[in-house]
Amino acid sequence: MNLFGYRVPMMASLLVWCVIWEIVGRLDLMLMLPPFTEVLQAAVGLVQTASWQSATVTTLRAFVMGMALSIVVGVPLGILMGRVKLADELLGMWVSIFSSAPLSALVPVLMILFGFGEKTIVAAVFLFAIWIIVLDTRAGVRHISPSLLEMARSYGASKWALYRIILWAALPEILAGIRLGLIRGVKGVVIGQLLVAIVGYGALFETFSRNFRMADFWALTIILFAFALLIAELIERLEAKVEFYAGARQ
Amino acid sequence: MRNATLRKVPTEQPAMMDSIVEVRGISKSYGNVEALRSIDLDFPRGKLTSLLGPSGCGKTTLLKIIAGLIEPDGGKVSVNGREVSKPGPERAFVFQDFALLPWATVLRNVAFGLELRGRPVAEREKVARHYIAEVGLSGFEDKYPHELSGGMRQRVGLARALSVDADVLLLDEPFSAVDEQNRRKFQEDLIRLRTNQNKTFIFVTHSIEEAVYISDRIVLLSPRPGRVSQIIEPEIDRSVDPDRIHRDKHYLDTVEEIWQGLKQYVD
Amino acid sequence: MASVRTEGEALGLATIGRGEARSWENNPTLLRLVSVILFAGIWQIAGMIPVSFAFPTFFETVTALVSMIADGSLPKAYLSTLQPLLLGVILSAFLGVGIGTLCGLWRPGEWLMIPIFIVLQAAPVAAFIPMVTFIYGIGMTAKTLAVMILALPVIVLNTYKAVRNVNVSLIAMCKSFLGTRWQIVSKIILPDASPVIFAGLRLGVAAGFVGVVLAELLITPTGIGDLITYHRSRANYAEMYATIASIIALSTLTLVALQWVESRVFRPEKRGA
Ligand SMILES: Nc1ncnc2c1ncn2[C@@H]1O[C@H](COP(=O)(O)OP(=O)(O)OP(=O)(O)O)[C@@H](O)[C@H]1O
Ligand SMILES: [Mg+2]
Repeated sequence: MNLFGYRVPMMASLLVWCVIWEIVGRLDLMLMLPPFTEVLQAAVGLVQTASWQSATVTTLRAFVMGMALSIVVGVPLGILMGRVKLADELLGMWVSIFSSAPLSALVPVLMILFGFGEKTIVAAVFLFAIWIIVLDTRAGVRHISPSLLEMARSYGASKWALYRIILWAALPEILAGIRLGLIRGVKGVVIGQLLVAIVGYGALFETFSRNFRMADFWALTIILFAFALLIAELIERLEAKVEFYAGARQ
Repeated sequence: MRNATLRKVPTEQPAMMDSIVEVRGISKSYGNVEALRSIDLDFPRGKLTSLLGPSGCGKTTLLKIIAGLIEPDGGKVSVNGREVSKPGPERAFVFQDFALLPWATVLRNVAFGLELRGRPVAEREKVARHYIAEVGLSGFEDKYPHELSGGMRQRVGLARALSVDADVLLLDEPFSAVDEQNRRKFQEDLIRLRTNQNKTFIFVTHSIEEAVYISDRIVLLSPRPGRVSQIIEPEIDRSVDPDRIHRDKHYLDTVEEIWQGLKQYVD
Repeated sequence: MASVRTEGEALGLATIGRGEARSWENNPTLLRLVSVILFAGIWQIAGMIPVSFAFPTFFETVTALVSMIADGSLPKAYLSTLQPLLLGVILSAFLGVGIGTLCGLWRPGEWLMIPIFIVLQAAPVAAFIPMVTFIYGIGMTAKTLAVMILALPVIVLNTYKAVRNVNVSLIAMCKSFLGTRWQIVSKIILPDASPVIFAGLRLGVAAGFVGVVLAELLITPTGIGDLITYHRSRANYAEMYATIASIIALSTLTLVALQWVESRVFRPEKRGA
């Protein structure tokens, strides 16, 4: 249903916007907006340049490291908060605050703590992504039915096995948190790079806008957007699978 | 009550009757589901007519077509001799799921029909208070729907329909979400209201007992595609104690007879 | 429809949820106080070690905050930051609720506009901010636009979802009592959708804070962002931390206040019916 009810028309209307973009660009109606086809051409050219490739590698590496870190730290933290009341009460407030605070203001701190390099970007991704992962994991753990855990205990599950059961039972929520975390992480990597301005895509954006290479600028933006949407889509697929199995499990 | 008789009316309507709502040749399909096929019906003025039939036979559809909420594929509906295709001031609907505004008090909910017609606040609240008392909800004017029981919520819906002073009240299974005790009480109130208010009621129900108990006329619909299969006038004397009616032989016979007629469809 | 997810679904948890608020009330403010003191204590110790030359202690930061309020530099910066923020949020609110309502009511509008906002919500729109500054200079316009770019999508999508999911039976009721098209919108759809719309506005405000700070950090040399950059370049780390803490605190307080208003005005407990 998703495919025929929604996805297809959605794509279609984006095509309409591309046509409008093309027309606006050709007529030179808006400042700094080259025609869409020109942007596409620029994109094709861009992905062949060494600078784009190395920037992409840098960006991806920082993104993956930051995300891995925020999942590795965030999920256990969320489980802890879901299981231990004291931890929840001491940390809950701060997690809530940071999950909706303007974290972009903290990037300058990261810059002086971690230097003007990749470490700062990793830290930015981590900082943007972790809170929502913690919150969703916590919610998932809270939703586990007590009878499941009692069952596990009554069968003499060890503490370690118990936590593995918790992890599996809370998986749908954890994945939802990771999906939102990924979207935030992409924003984090971009904001971090824009502010540091000498790493990865940030440096490219800086160069393109400084030299008025608008087609390149838009091409990079489109690539970035496509990447962000692709990640969201992939995780959503995975989530649907997990939800299916979680539903079948009951 | 001893002399009460069960009258079967031919489904071809006598032309002489004073009918307020006339349904002619109404058909309706949803995609390839044929819900109603050429329905001809007359609803006598000042009476309570029930639409009774198996689930999915198109009762709600017919009622909503009369209300002007659904457009039929063919045929026409006339009210007071005038053809209608949209909701009008002479008809008011009571919804199965109450359809109360959760953010408004009982008073505002009851006055809502008049509010939509742009009546001044003082006037519409006066009318609303009157009908709130009429349905037995005095003292609850400032409560919100979530503070009321199912039966009370449906009374609000009924008061709202009464307060717009329509000639015809359309009720779609108004008691289906109401518990049994409230239902009995409510049925008695409805009988009383029908006598006092001189309004025409068109009433959809699943329950044969309910239909026989409160109706002047029962229209039996056949299963999909819905058609009029039988019209029955129970002629029950309702001036006596309600509890006696439920034990009355004529009442029980009528219920049994309708059940025998409907049983063939329940498989 | 299922794919139209807003971040709001997650943020319902993210900002202090009702359930959480209640659990804190049960365990009096004591625990929250302990939590704050613990946070300050860890900060203080970390600053005293120090973990980094650029990591002031908690007390140094508080002192810096007081002195910046006293010498007027912080209030002045806030004046310059809050104006575009407020303007941007108000404009986004009107525009967003308008577009969202339109898309919820009108199929062609939905088809044309909603995908755009889904993309904008999921994508790192911050990349546009340097561009905006390029076109509109470094003044109020650019900052306001930065706020709007970030705040608008979440407001539009929440409004749209709320309008699309309006109780159809209430609409039928309104029609049957002769409500006009306009009355259906104003007396049924908007009131019914208002809690979700308001939640969207709250998320819009949160996004607006991000937008304005980012715009100021990136290009525009005014306001809070400039204060952060300035103190960093002067190595006045305590002042820099104080400024950052103040904007995070302000945004948090604003969001908590909005949530309080939300629970008061829309009285979710009365919506059960
Ligand atoms: N909006 C719709 N779209 C498609 N089919 C519909 C729709 N509404 C009703 N139907 C179909 O039309 C038939 C008649 O429906 P209707 O609701 O009028 O029946 P009903 O007699 O009121 O049933 P019930 O006693 O269960 O309320 C049913 O088979 C139903 O499935
Ligand atoms: Mg029905």
